[in-house]
Amino acid sequence: MQSDAKKSPSAPSTKTRFWHDPAKRALVFQILLVLGVFAVLWFIVQNTLHNLESRGITTGFAFLSQEAGFGIIQSLVEYSESSSYGQTFLVGLLNTILVSALGIFFATVLGFIIGVARLSNNWLVAKLASAYVEIFRNIPLLLQIFFWYFAVLRALPSPRQSFQPFDNVFLNVRGLFMPQPMPQQGFELVWWALLIAIAGSVVLARWSKKRQDATGQLFPVYKTALALIIGLPLIVFWLSGSPLTWDEPALRGFNFRGGMTIIPELAALLVALSIYTAAFIAEIVRSGIQAVSKGQTEAASALGLSKAKVLRLVVIPQSVRVIIPPLTSQYLNLIKNSSLATAIGYPDLVSVFAGTTLNQTGQAIEVIFMTMLVYLTLSLLVSAFMNWFNTRMALVER
Amino acid sequence: MTTNTTNSAAARELNDELMVELRGVNKWYGQFHVLKDVNLEVRKGERIVICGPSGSGKSTTIRCINRLEEHQKGDIIVGGTTLNNDLKNIETIRREVGMVFQHFNLFPHLTVLENCCLAPIWVRKIPRKEAEAMAMKYLERVKIQDQALKFPGQLSGGQQQRVAIARSLCMNPQVMLFDEPTSALDPEMIKEVLDVMIELAQEGMTMICVTHEMGFAKTVADRVIFMDKGQIIEENDPHNFFNHPQSERTQLFLSQILQH
Repeated sequence: MQSDAKKSPSAPSTKTRFWHDPAKRALVFQILLVLGVFAVLWFIVQNTLHNLESRGITTGFAFLSQEAGFGIIQSLVEYSESSSYGQTFLVGLLNTILVSALGIFFATVLGFIIGVARLSNNWLVAKLASAYVEIFRNIPLLLQIFFWYFAVLRALPSPRQSFQPFDNVFLNVRGLFMPQPMPQQGFELVWWALLIAIAGSVVLARWSKKRQDATGQLFPVYKTALALIIGLPLIVFWLSGSPLTWDEPALRGFNFRGGMTIIPELAALLVALSIYTAAFIAEIVRSGIQAVSKGQTEAASALGLSKAKVLRLVVIPQSVRVIIPPLTSQYLNLIKNSSLATAIGYPDLVSVFAGTTLNQTGQAIEVIFMTMLVYLTLSLLVSAFMNWFNTRMALVER
Repeated sequence: MTTNTTNSAAARELNDELMVELRGVNKWYGQFHVLKDVNLEVRKGERIVICGPSGSGKSTTIRCINRLEEHQKGDIIVGGTTLNNDLKNIETIRREVGMVFQHFNLFPHLTVLENCCLAPIWVRKIPRKEAEAMAMKYLERVKIQDQALKFPGQLSGGQQQRVAIARSLCMNPQVMLFDEPTSALDPEMIKEVLDVMIELAQEGMTMICVTHEMGFAKTVADRVIFMDKGQIIEENDPHNFFNHPQSERTQLFLSQILQH
């Protein structure tokens, strides 16, 4: 060290030493880091292969075509005990997507309502909304799932003593049983009518925008479109002679058969996920609206715009840009939190595939890898969609 | 001095028609009495400047005129319509009353042109083409037509305030309220905004300005009103107001702001 310090003034060369050049130093560190990462990975792979070999476990995805041999209480596609593990995977995947999609829908609707309610001038409404947020945000999700499942839905009466809120609708400890619509010959016309009504609404919206630009006249687009989308299929349905029958649930033995069923596991998980996530979305919506300065509302009102138009034309376009990024995170959280299904036995991907299938086959690496890949893919898809939506909204400003 | 200012009330025939009338207006923020029996009559084409120390209630007074603030006692009559809690009534009055804010409050997500067209299209229901043509006319008047397609964030403070004035004018208001329009501007930008306001005054617009620009008050105002602690202390034409202030409070205020 000392000799080094003495040397440097006597050698006035402008050349920096290798170790004193930040660029070269950084390069060396990066090479070392990459080598280190590869070494660790290589060790893990080697170790795993060695362990698998010593325990005689064969790797590969051949197990997916083996017979699963267990039943699943809810499946959106044909499934029986003789189906393969591959079909188990599909059933689990669809159940996860079902609860996530419904959860995102209900959480968003509820969250927006509560978020706006928190800003209400009505003291009671605002306080109730605050209480909602503070309660559901601060209780662990797993406990909330348990609450809805064990304390609420498990406390319902047995099938013989079912609640019957409407004719042919039965609520009991086994779930909610409703008549199932069975489309008959000719029902396709109703679907076509719906399609035409939606297309018509799009055309109507364009026409109305053009007419407003040309003449300044406003047209009630939303109301008309709503009437069209509901009315046209109804008229077609009635004209084509109501081609629909109902498969009604009936008590046979210890349970109901026929009709549609919402199992309590789905209901509890869905309610818990929606209510929990809605509390966070409400806060995001509130902060998004509050992020738009009061001056904006004042300037817009001073121009004579009505309250609704101030919100629609000035406040919401600005707050949406603030809301979308954190909203995306909440959607991703909801999808990942849906894996808590396993705790109450809702047959989601983690429960039937990373649970039962893994236990039966012992193919831990493949099963966990596939499951992780599914969540990663779902999350990235949602994220990509929301980013696309966000850039579209952001472009409005600049 | 008075003979030179051809714009002042003495030289002009003022219409007798009352544009804005405040009768015994009182307002409280909780326990705090912000406005105490404010009485004010503004005739058509008249230019009023309201000045006073901060917290004296001058901004609150003009914000009551278009119901950005609600008064609790007294009557406010704008263009013959009495302000009450009826939303339709409030919207009708707001359509006829333009307002320019200290912090411009342009809509950042819309271009300058769209800022100006928004209310004409959605409130007056004017076809977009016509609204845009009218907006361009007013943007030209405030000499900012070249920036029509830019966003507010790309403009300087002075330019933004001129756009804000044009945006208000697009609604063809009967009265313009100015709430300290130059207080948030750099000194060299104040002039460009004041020039626009002076021009507007010369065209006969009824104006109520809360401002600290005493030069503007001297050249343009028909009447200068001095407020303190929620009350109108003194009300006079600019010449007498600046040269022979009656009340002690006014004398003190003037000596403080005209010192430099």
